[in-house]
Amino acid sequence: MANVAVCVLGSFGYDRAAQGAVGAGRALAGSVGGEVHVLVIGPADEEAVAAMAAVADRVVLGANEELRDVQPEQALQAAEQLHAAGGGDYVAVLLSNDTYSQEIAPRLAHRLGGSSMADAAAIRMDGDHLLAQRTAYGGKAISIYRLKKSPAVVWLRARGFEPAPEQPSSGDVTSVDLNLDPPRIRIVGREVAAQEGVRLEDAPVIVSGGRGLGGPEPFHELGKLADTIGAEQGASRAACDAGWVPPNWQVGQTGKKVAPELYIAIAISGASQHLLGMGDSKVVAAINTDADAPIFKHCSFGIVEDYKAVVPLLTEKLAALSG
Amino acid sequence: MRVLVCLKQILDPDVPARDFEIDPAAKAAKRGGANLVTNIFCENAVETALQFREAAGDVKVTALCYGESSAEDCLRKAMAMTVDEACLVEREGNTNPDAAAVGQVLAAAISRLEQDGGPFDAVLVGRESGDWGTGQTGGVLAEELGRPALGFVESLRPGNGGITLRRQTDDGIEVAEAEPPFVVTITNNEDNVPRIPKTRDVMMSYRKPLRKMSPAELGLDGDEIRNGFSSFEVEEIFVPTDEVDCELAEGDTLDERVDQLAHKIHEVVASIG
Ligand SMILES: Cc1cc2nc3c(=O)[nH]c(=O)nc-3n(C[C@H](O)[C@H](O)[C@H](O)COP(=O)(O)OP(=O)(O)OC[C@H]3O[C@@H](n4cnc5c(N)ncnc54)[C@H](O)[C@@H]3O)c2cc1C
Ligand SMILES: Nc1ncnc2c1ncn2[C@@H]1O[C@H](COP(=O)(O)O)[C@@H](O)[C@H]1O
Repeated sequence: MANVAVCVLGSFGYDRAAQGAVGAGRALAGSVGGEVHVLVIGPADEEAVAAMAAVADRVVLGANEELRDVQPEQALQAAEQLHAAGGGDYVAVLLSNDTYSQEIAPRLAHRLGGSSMADAAAIRMDGDHLLAQRTAYGGKAISIYRLKKSPAVVWLRARGFEPAPEQPSSGDVTSVDLNLDPPRIRIVGREVAAQEGVRLEDAPVIVSGGRGLGGPEPFHELGKLADTIGAEQGASRAACDAGWVPPNWQVGQTGKKVAPELYIAIAISGASQHLLGMGDSKVVAAINTDADAPIFKHCSFGIVEDYKAVVPLLTEKLAALSG
Repeated sequence: MRVLVCLKQILDPDVPARDFEIDPAAKAAKRGGANLVTNIFCENAVETALQFREAAGDVKVTALCYGESSAEDCLRKAMAMTVDEACLVEREGNTNPDAAAVGQVLAAAISRLEQDGGPFDAVLVGRESGDWGTGQTGGVLAEELGRPALGFVESLRPGNGGITLRRQTDDGIEVAEAEPPFVVTITNNEDNVPRIPKTRDVMMSYRKPLRKMSPAELGLDGDEIRNGFSSFEVEEIFVPTDEVDCELAEGDTLDERVDQLAHKIHEVVASIG
């Protein structure tokens, strides 16, 4: 049999990312005539479990209380044990793109004797092998990898996949009591960055700033623009590395992968690594003094001008238009 | 204490897109006029290790690379940043082995270095590389060594009988207590921007020990490692053509141009509702 497993973190519930991961799993399983099993790492609320059962052929819960706040070492052990409890005969094990899923994927693959791949934007089976498409060379190329060992353990750009359709009848839900060792690396504190509004990944409009802003203060000016149009704020790596804004504002290859309706890049040159994170935006606008900046090859409209002259005036005009 | 940092030499990721080309036969980027550089996250890892040494005292930092002979430059640069010693495992040919093969080589080299000089409390790798960037090596290495691991770490500090790690998650920071030995992958933040070596340290770096070994000396199957792709291989690679025509705001005055921009932005925002 060629079943597909999807690992979901219970504390995240059946969020948009989990929906995309299960959707990817359903499409893959459909192509090989197999089932979709959702393996839930840690306690999840009833509603989420019901939603997962509605789209899966089977849900296996590992609801040990010690997994409520994710401990990565134990999440890995849990994934391994849930994999066995689900039957173990999986051609693919899919994960989402949150921090915890990303870090356990290669380790889980190693434990299962499989192949791992990161940040897949598309997957399909070719005979016994899974092919995973992703970017390479910092976004300058697209590559397709053949994963030669089974199972293929892949973390996905999960929000990019269509949610799974509900099945005619709900899948079985079973619980497993996991046997977890105390972690030798233990998370002892969490500092959640103050975040008003929605997550960057889910934001419909984003105003992003780069090195060309020259310091932290101009981000307040961009903040006023963002407030006027109901946008969230992002940044380039250069602005984050300079300490002007927190690291979790970073958009790009190694930052957030965003997909807003509108992305406004201000004083950002448009390096391939930045484009990689914003490439799924529907409409991109740019404000930059350099007409030759690569960003202008990746935006629908823009203005070649100093942000200092543009942003306050733009904010004023937009306030008038929406008022 | 001993800390090891794994460094990878890559094609300069700052090569502009217009100069970037694929060699279809090799299924990899053409070298062209590009420089070979140390992967930026590896340099962030070196910086993180050096700051740990400064905070903890009595720490020896070793750099390890599996690469062609040109990778010696990366190790010399790390030593110029004041890493204490370095080791190069020489790679034959310019194939691009997958993380499974690289992880095996690095683990074997680490075991050898530990036999000779004592255990490494922490092994640091970059979160991903700027060329293929699969970000799998750290996880594979942790499993090969049988050690616990944590990803996206930005700093190590001496802690309660162990080492305190700070790491970035999707929505903030997590603090972890780690019992050595362990493996971490390093990400960037404002505090681990790599230092610029001092001229004197650049000169000193040529006097520091650089050990060389081959995969065969480490008892590894040459063919599997040379050909690399034991776990995955590149089936296809191409350069996407996704450039679009940008409509630049026009008009005689700044006010007119900004007005155009405002109307376009307003149109999109209003359509979202
Ligand atoms: C492995 C790897 C991973 C990376 N990951 C990421 C990532 O996730 N995200 C990311 O962003 N980068 C990433 N980078 C870095 C990336 O390569 C670029 O260095 C970075 O995106 C540049 O940021 P920037 O556009 O803000 O700065 P710059 O490239 O310096 O551009 C600044 C721009 O501001 C413009 N400007 C200057 N003054 C003004 C003004 N007054 N008004 C208007 N415009 C002005 C300039 O014309 C220029 O275009 C990564 C790099 C590597 C190697
Ligand atoms: N050939 C290599 N030699 C030493 N370290 C490596 C090598 N390849 C990968 N690494 C380490 O693994 C990290 C992630 O690389 P990757 O898994 O290729 O994205 C790098 O930043 C290095 O720290």
